[in-house]
Amino acid sequence: MMASLIFVVSVVTLLMFFVSYCRSLMASSSRHIISKEVRDITGIPASACGRDFVRVMQLLQLCPERPEDRSPLQAVDAYFKILGLVQKSVARLVPSVRTWTEHERAGCANFVVVTLDRRIAFSREVLAQQGEY
Amino acid sequence: MPGPFALIIWCSGMALELTFVVCSLARKSFLRYFFFNMYFLLDLCSEAARYFFLIRFGQSSDAYRYAYYYTDALLTLGLYVALISLYSRVFGELKFGKYVRLTAVFLLLGTAAFSYGVVAQTTDRLVTSFAYELSQNLYFVGLVLTYVLWGAILKLRETRTRVVQFVLALGVYFSAYAAIYALVNLASKYAVMSNLAPILGCLLPLSWTITIWRHSEESRLIPAQLVAVQR
Repeated sequence: MMASLIFVVSVVTLLMFFVSYCRSLMASSSRHIISKEVRDITGIPASACGRDFVRVMQLLQLCPERPEDRSPLQAVDAYFKILGLVQKSVARLVPSVRTWTEHERAGCANFVVVTLDRRIAFSREVLAQQGEY
Repeated sequence: MPGPFALIIWCSGMALELTFVVCSLARKSFLRYFFFNMYFLLDLCSEAARYFFLIRFGQSSDAYRYAYYYTDALLTLGLYVALISLYSRVFGELKFGKYVRLTAVFLLLGTAAFSYGVVAQTTDRLVTSFAYELSQNLYFVGLVLTYVLWGAILKLRETRTRVVQFVLALGVYFSAYAAIYALVNLASKYAVMSNLAPILGCLLPLSWTITIWRHSEESRLIPAQLVAVQR
């Protein structure tokens, strides 16, 4: 009984800290201005929505990886999947939760668009450096 | 000897801890986050000591058990000190540093006395059980303190990205550990449970390394944006 109670409480606090941690990862990308080129490639005019996430992730896999991106991207991907589960279950019954999950999923999508932008800029830099030699 | 999977997790954890120390040196933050570095260096020494006892005496020996539980208690104490250093950082500007340290010492002594009280009544193997009980109780105190610290960060509108992310990662670590311990009590017959704790052990150095490498000390964010349901 006690172990079950501790388990439930710790899972709730775990989710709370995990959500805030993922939001802190995404907050660093909220001020980033997306380049026109990435907007053209992704077809996202101003800000991304939840539906764009999977498509942009596929585009990300075509770009050379930056090692510092990998772990934050995995954390946000896990967060997006949790949000997907919430959207398919609780959000169907509670409209305010549906609005919240859609807002969060859009934040995740925006994070991967910014990551794509940074990867493209990084690849350009590498190519430019190679061209100098 | 542990299996290859357990060895891989063990080595990954140590590599990540070493990476954090190297990154903090490279970012000139070693002294600023001295207690975090001390904790990881202490952990590396503990792992080396455990490995020595494992090879020399075997996994089922009393010597290995003593070494394991005492280094574990020492590490929990190290993490507690690292957490208090975060408290000092958050409350430092309010000139509460002295009171934070005093409260921390009293809380630690109280936890030690409580652990001793529990163990003295119930067991004849006082020495090993005390280390285990102290470690377990300090984890619980750590989880509560991290939760309180997160509340203080939101209330005081702390904006330093590094401090915020360190506290959140610590919160994830403590709550995941508490959940795993509870799950082990509920379903100890499943072998997978024994591997979950070492995997979780890798998460803390990984997330702290990402933070120290990606963000400078001047980096800022708005903590109110991080709460799941905004007020």
